Amino acid sequence: MQSKSHGVVHWKLQRISAIAMIPLIIWFVSSLVFSLINGYDQSINWLQSPLNATGMVLLFGTLYFHAASGLQVVVEDYVHNEGLKIMSLILIKLLSVLLGVLSILCVLKIYL
Amino acid sequence: MAEFALPKHSKIVKGIDYPINSEAENTKKINVYRWSPDDDENPRIDSYTIDLDHCGPMVLDALIKIKQEIDSSLTFRRSCREGICGSCSMNIDGTNTLACLKSIDDVKGDINIYPLPHMEVIKDLVPDLSKAYEQLTSVKPWLQSKSDPEKGKSRKQSPKEREKIDGLWECVLCFSCSTSCPSYWWNGDKYLGPAVLLQAYRWIADSRDENTEQRLEELEDSFKLYRCHTIMNCTKTCPKGLNPAKAIGEIKKLQLERR
Repeated sequence: MQSKSHGVVHWKLQRISAIAMIPLIIWFVSSLVFSLINGYDQSINWLQSPLNATGMVLLFGTLYFHAASGLQVVVEDYVHNEGLKIMSLILIKLLSVLLGVLSILCVLKIYL
Repeated sequence: MAEFALPKHSKIVKGIDYPINSEAENTKKINVYRWSPDDDENPRIDSYTIDLDHCGPMVLDALIKIKQEIDSSLTFRRSCREGICGSCSMNIDGTNTLACLKSIDDVKGDINIYPLPHMEVIKDLVPDLSKAYEQLTSVKPWLQSKSDPEKGKSRKQSPKEREKIDGLWECVLCFSCSTSCPSYWWNGDKYLGPAVLLQAYRWIADSRDENTEQRLEELEDSFKLYRCHTIMNCTKTCPKGLNPAKAIGEIKKLQLERR
């Protein structure tokens, strides 16, 4: 958890995912406003376009990765009990992978 | 877990009030944190009212006046009284600064004085800085080089190269910045803190130093360097007007470049 190389790599990936989220979130929110509020059928239609499905998979991937690395920093900052810290870090990783895979599978299920 | 409240023994109680005896008109009340290791008492705030017409302009002058005229047990560090030695760093009016550079007139109302935040207190306004000094030593704050300079000559540096350490060499190591940094409060045992990282960068940026790679390698650590979350308290509080946050940013930039 505190390996030497983790410093710069973690810092870089956190920033890259943050930057990647800017266009993805703008795209997602504008899709919400323009396409996804017009009912169930239209939303399903929207997700069946390859472009939109790709966008959603990218968004979920980046989102959960960014959330996990952000939460990791919070835990490292504030949790000083070594056992509790390692448990929380593992839990964060597991949960973010679980939720990420689940979200992406949902997108694929509709798309395919 | 994180600690959000002070331990019971550290809770501050009201202390002794020293009112002014003369009929001075231009007075100021100064509230000072007091704690002594010699008794079992909680820390307290003593209040001293002083006559500003018979006192120098700076907060350090007021403290010296109190020590000389009212309460000789008041303990604080001081030496040069002109912002060069970095001894009299303390928390004045809610901000870490040097007492000798802080004008009494700049503080509206009473002046509240505490030791540097989140450090062990030795006595009154004297914090224990030994851990911070250890961290400073760990970055080897001296010139390291493998080559010898030309015999009888000093190591050459162009004015442009010299410019790169402007804003770095001026640091007087008062640790106002490190002790204002929340990251240093929570992880001061592992995170080096802004003062030490600025010193580290002072040698990384120095063209005469030949150990740059090794210095960067040693700083490439998720705790030593990357606990800095650009909160910027360090830059805001620096009594010398330096920018430790920028120095840390430069180190992070160099870390990216060497990957």
